[in-house]
Amino acid sequence: MPQVKVLTEFFDVPDSHKIDVWEKHGGYQAIRKVLKSMTPDEVIEEVKRSKLRGLGGAGFPTGVKWGFVPKDSEKPKYLVVNADEGEPGTFKDRHVIMNIPHSLLEGMMIASYAIGAHVAYIYIRGEYVHPARRLEEAIAEAKAKGYLGKGIFGTDYDLEVYIHRGAGAYICGEETALLNSLEGKKGWPRLKPPFPATVGAFQSPTVVNNVETLSYVPHIIARGADWFASLSEGTERCGGTRIFSVSGHVKRPGVYEAPLHTTLREIVYDFAGGIRGDKKLKAVIPGGSSCPVLKADEIDVRMCFDDLAKAGTMAGSGGVIVMDEDTCMFDTLRNIIHFYAHESCGQCTPCRQGTGWLVRIFDRIAEGRGMPGDVDNILEIAQNIMGRTICPLGDAAAMPVISFVTKFREEFEYHVREGRCDLEDRKQRVAMAS
Amino acid sequence: MSVEFSEKALEQLRELLGHYPDRQAAVIPALHLAQEEFGYITQEVEDYVAKLLEIPATDVHQVFTFYTMFRDRPVGKYHIKVCESVACHIMGSTNVLDYLRKKLGIDVGQTTPDGRFTLTTVECLGACEMAPMMQVNDDFYGPLDEKKLDEILESLE
Ligand SMILES: Cc1cc2nc3c(=O)[nH]c(=O)nc-3n(C[C@H](O)[C@H](O)[C@H](O)COP(=O)(O)O)c2cc1C
Repeated sequence: MPQVKVLTEFFDVPDSHKIDVWEKHGGYQAIRKVLKSMTPDEVIEEVKRSKLRGLGGAGFPTGVKWGFVPKDSEKPKYLVVNADEGEPGTFKDRHVIMNIPHSLLEGMMIASYAIGAHVAYIYIRGEYVHPARRLEEAIAEAKAKGYLGKGIFGTDYDLEVYIHRGAGAYICGEETALLNSLEGKKGWPRLKPPFPATVGAFQSPTVVNNVETLSYVPHIIARGADWFASLSEGTERCGGTRIFSVSGHVKRPGVYEAPLHTTLREIVYDFAGGIRGDKKLKAVIPGGSSCPVLKADEIDVRMCFDDLAKAGTMAGSGGVIVMDEDTCMFDTLRNIIHFYAHESCGQCTPCRQGTGWLVRIFDRIAEGRGMPGDVDNILEIAQNIMGRTICPLGDAAAMPVISFVTKFREEFEYHVREGRCDLEDRKQRVAMAS
Repeated sequence: MSVEFSEKALEQLRELLGHYPDRQAAVIPALHLAQEEFGYITQEVEDYVAKLLEIPATDVHQVFTFYTMFRDRPVGKYHIKVCESVACHIMGSTNVLDYLRKKLGIDVGQTTPDGRFTLTTVECLGACEMAPMMQVNDDFYGPLDEKKLDEILESLE
């Protein structure tokens, strides 16, 4: 299975982040076409037909989301780019911003035009200092050419793009927490409805889209929705390619773009080179740390949203975390649950308390003080978080817990019972035998 | 510490205020500016930012305490943040942290007596292909092992 490159094709072009290079490769033609010859509705229709899905985590169809923005609202409308990239195992947006910032800016222009926004924000995580600078430079380049500001491309359409830096909080990747953070508040998620499309930033209709999602838009307009949709074969409700972030025990960690009919096995073994030291594969998290884990014999699954859901997991943010046979599942899950406990914003009791309880139980087991019933207790706590919170962070914490413990229950029981890792015991036994 | 922005920072803040329909939205950018100006955020700094933005001091305080990048004490010339999240963890971030502790002679949250290095841990920095990795001031480094850490620290002396 070959990689198919729409965005990453430009990553190897020297100075691909510069506007002149971008234009030499056809950049800023799609927005010209849109401004000259397409109505906002036509743009939305085209994006719908492309089967582009949100690549930030939830996979919502992008064109459909744009269509929710009320046309008759008196209020200003906003486009907000989610560049918070906080889901452990995900790093593709950083590569998109560093390599092809103008693909994002052009996508933003097209999206803004489609929803009638004249101001767009890029909410970028505070730790991304260099990517934020790269975006600043790209915005300055676009402004200097008259592509941003008043009357862009010589039309009467105005568009300003501003960068808003976050300051360290995973929860701000959740779109309504992000909007509160943009408004200068702490990042507490909002109850939905109302959805951002009607009441978003500054009480106004707002579309929140991921960096990578928007970066595909110019290519869809330039080459057509049918071309994009057909890149993924036999995947009815999603089209195109996406960029997988592959990390963990593989020979070649990195970003790999591929159509959504690509299987997880192909990503791990063909693109990322297989397991380091030619060890055996133990497990893979397919879409960022909040997605249920898959065992080594479950990776012949296509990476499209629907197939991964059928396999009991999620496509999420495309962060593929690979674990070899020497990985302790107890220790790995303990790390993951510490993350969610740390990042729980504290607003909803089941998430705040539940993740705290889980941390205490995991830490106690790690200290060798496991108690009979701990494993069932862990599952019960996780199940009681599921679906009982304002935002999906609670689910994001519960899903890895439930899947790890259910699929590798023996290992967890061993830790509880013996107060140590069965992997260490196994290694010692091997050492003694040889 | 005299709590007043430089002319340059005031200019940047004026520009920032133009980005938003209301003044509160500029709290996070203003706190970033303040941290650049003063190194860290004290109660006086919070009050000053509140005055500049014409919003209640409690609104600034809520934001200050919510976000991990804002700090209430100075850090060393080089602020080392070791990523501890899952991709780095399974690639050996614990060893990275242990080595840095030993080499710098400080624990997490501390600064070396000469004021050069502060060591902290952070959650996923979005650079898992470099795992195990760390951030030093604005820059990312990885994948790390003892040799690489020696080289990096030397280049920072
Ligand atoms: C806890 C949590 C964290 C999230 N973090 C991110 C993130 O870092 N980046 C992102 O694009 N979406 C993130 N999302 C998803 C957003 O809420 C939202 O669905 C997305 O930005 C919409 O853009 P898209 O439709 O283009 O994917 C997160 C969601 C949750 C519940």
